[in-house]
Amino acid sequence: MTTAFTASPLFERVERSRRRKPRVRDEFITLAHGGGGKAMHELIEGLFLDYFNNPLLAPLEDQAVFDLAGDGRPSRLAFTTDSYVITPLFFPGGDIGRLAVSGTVNDLAMSGARPLYLSAGFIIEEGFPVADLRRILESMRAAAVEAGVQIVTGDTKVVQRGCADKLFINTAGIGIIEHDARISAANARIGDKIILSGMMGDHGATILLARGELGLETEIQSDAAPLWSLVQAMLGVTTEIHALRDPTRGGVAATLNEIARSSEVCLQLDEQALPVREEVKGACEILGLDPLYIANEGLLVAVVGAEVAEELVARMREHPLGRAARIIGAARAEPPGIVVLNTTFGGTRIVDLLVGEQLPRIC
Amino acid sequence: MCLAIPGRVVELIDGENQLARVEVGGVRRNVNIGLLDDTKVGDYVLIHVGFALSKVDEREAEETLRLLQELGSYQDEMAQFAGAGE
Amino acid sequence: MKFIDEYRQGGLARRLAEQIARLTDRPLKLMEVCGGHTHTIFKYGIEDLLPPNIEMIHGPGCPVCVIPIGRTDDAISLARRPGMIFTTFGDAMRVPASKTSLLDAKAAGADVRMVYSPLDALKLAKKNPAQQVVFFALGFETTSPSTALTILQAAKEGVENFSVFCNHIMIVPALKALLDSPDLKLDGFVGPGHVSTVIGTRCYEFVSRDYGRPLVVSGFEPLDVLQSVYQIAKQVVEGRAEVENQYARMVSRDGNRRALEALSEVFEPRDYFEWRGLGSIAHSGIRLRKKYAAFDAELKFGVPGLRVADPKACQCGEILKGVKKPWECKVFGTACTPETPIGSCMVSSEGACAAYYNFGRLSKVAERAAAQSGAPRS
Repeated sequence: MTTAFTASPLFERVERSRRRKPRVRDEFITLAHGGGGKAMHELIEGLFLDYFNNPLLAPLEDQAVFDLAGDGRPSRLAFTTDSYVITPLFFPGGDIGRLAVSGTVNDLAMSGARPLYLSAGFIIEEGFPVADLRRILESMRAAAVEAGVQIVTGDTKVVQRGCADKLFINTAGIGIIEHDARISAANARIGDKIILSGMMGDHGATILLARGELGLETEIQSDAAPLWSLVQAMLGVTTEIHALRDPTRGGVAATLNEIARSSEVCLQLDEQALPVREEVKGACEILGLDPLYIANEGLLVAVVGAEVAEELVARMREHPLGRAARIIGAARAEPPGIVVLNTTFGGTRIVDLLVGEQLPRIC
Repeated sequence: MCLAIPGRVVELIDGENQLARVEVGGVRRNVNIGLLDDTKVGDYVLIHVGFALSKVDEREAEETLRLLQELGSYQDEMAQFAGAGE
Repeated sequence: MKFIDEYRQGGLARRLAEQIARLTDRPLKLMEVCGGHTHTIFKYGIEDLLPPNIEMIHGPGCPVCVIPIGRTDDAISLARRPGMIFTTFGDAMRVPASKTSLLDAKAAGADVRMVYSPLDALKLAKKNPAQQVVFFALGFETTSPSTALTILQAAKEGVENFSVFCNHIMIVPALKALLDSPDLKLDGFVGPGHVSTVIGTRCYEFVSRDYGRPLVVSGFEPLDVLQSVYQIAKQVVEGRAEVENQYARMVSRDGNRRALEALSEVFEPRDYFEWRGLGSIAHSGIRLRKKYAAFDAELKFGVPGLRVADPKACQCGEILKGVKKPWECKVFGTACTPETPIGSCMVSSEGACAAYYNFGRLSKVAERAAAQSGAPRS
């Protein structure tokens, strides 16, 4: 026999209070916020949803479910993930949040995929200031709008003090490829031209200087930016885009080496054509660094058919993220798998992968 | 050895600790000028690991460049001279 | 950038190279002593610009390369001490010692921090009074005055938790050791540039006077190096052997008086100091004077102080003297690579082997020579 349930005034008062939209009043993240209980729900509904709300996320299921916008043709999907652990969290030109969205959007865009949806997983160290979290979430929101993507699912964990360096973010992304170009690091062909979309070294140099240990000061900013709209503009010109990569860790040198190896061609660069900002040059001179190996977060390298190169560059220069675009070299047959630089001196040298990170030197 | 680079003194900061602000290509750093006499704003100094080792002798710098240019152009004269003799 | 870009003009470089070719077709072996000059030569492909009769031998002027394995082990032992903050220039982080490197020690938990200047290390000491801070001092006379001034400042300010692990070396004794070496056949020297801002050019006079070789003190931009080679070749052709100063915009005959005073106030020469690949050279290293013993990390903490020999396969000694070329070493490019360096020449990016491996695999010079000698290419 079941007893019918009758709400009492006490019950109703508590329920009303429980169903009110939560607000996070804490100053610092605590272990409770990661506990899966009320505090965590408060954090998600009262903080994260302020920044990421959309119909796919709102149900707060463990996954987002959606149809892929298609016109009936079978579509190719792109899927990627990346984790962001950068220090410092905030730097001139951006923060870890902007990076977390742009970086994953760019990984999708480099296959020519239109980025659609992102997931965002947060690992937060106990004691992390909520105000900082808000700033980062706002950055992510703005970057997502800029990139035309939605953050549709996520996760939050809080770990004990000392078990994470303030904040780690993982984002995974899905995109859809709506054209026939086969873009791959293995598709560079002999005779192709190499295009760089902007100035080298801005992001890495900014981070190095922002860490403060070197005592250098200048007005450079990270170039972190979502690049899909630039790629979209490029695809509007031609599908003879054979390889696309964003040169992040290891710089343009690492990216070109990857393409040269995958495609078994020689990528030959013209030193005269390499664009580097004056301040980045200055910092590199002082520290003994080579801009070719410094990380970028708003730059792309494209290896394209020779016939379309000039037109592509012209179109890129019309785009705010491609104003400094130019041809920096070409692919030839020999020696395969190697990147070579024609120096301003008429000499030639190899641009090899470094063993590890590039470090400032005194010698 | 010895990565050292010429930079311009833009400010004298701390007399007691002998610090000056030096700029290279738009990047600035505090540099100890204790090894030099009489450094002034506008001087170019050679910086290495946070110390200024030497002041650039601008006259010598120009002279070196002039010699370089001369060496480079002598070659054109010789070519002309050789051509004229035929 | 002023006083930098003007000395990098490519068009002028080609013309200079032609002038050098015009001067003489005698085979000449010239040594550039400084690692910085080696770096310039490879970065700008200068060897390929020079006429084939001029051969550049890459000397031992790379203070990171020549630190003996045992001393790096000592540095690592200091870094591993509890409560220690071990500070170092970036160059030394990856140098492989007996079993590990400073970078590996950092990964394993030692507090190893990279600094740009010894003054930054002193600042760290003042900020962390409960910990000991040691600075890994290395370099030639370009760098040792900075360490000297830092120690003087530490003394003046009474900083007690700061000390220096001194591995500074001197270039002139090394030059003399090279010149005294029986298997060395050199016609001239591209002389150290930045070291000379401190020690002046007088001290090289023995090279021309006693050994009959020309030495031209050279700047580090590519046009500087080319002009210096031109000047050396000109001396040879004219039968002269003198010390000339191509780097007059930075270097004076007497050097930097204050720097020399600071050096002699703080440091004194060691009887012997070992150079990786070259063996022991008399009076080539310096240590802190007794007066500054409180800042001497070796005395303060003690180090294992073991002498560790280079692996048998290592032929760095001959390569540093210019007797052998990198590709003539049996392990070049196979067992000895930048990722797994065996000897000093591969350790830093300015060592001759590292430079050839990283930059110069396409060098026409290397190709020609390898073809002639029939040596296997990497």
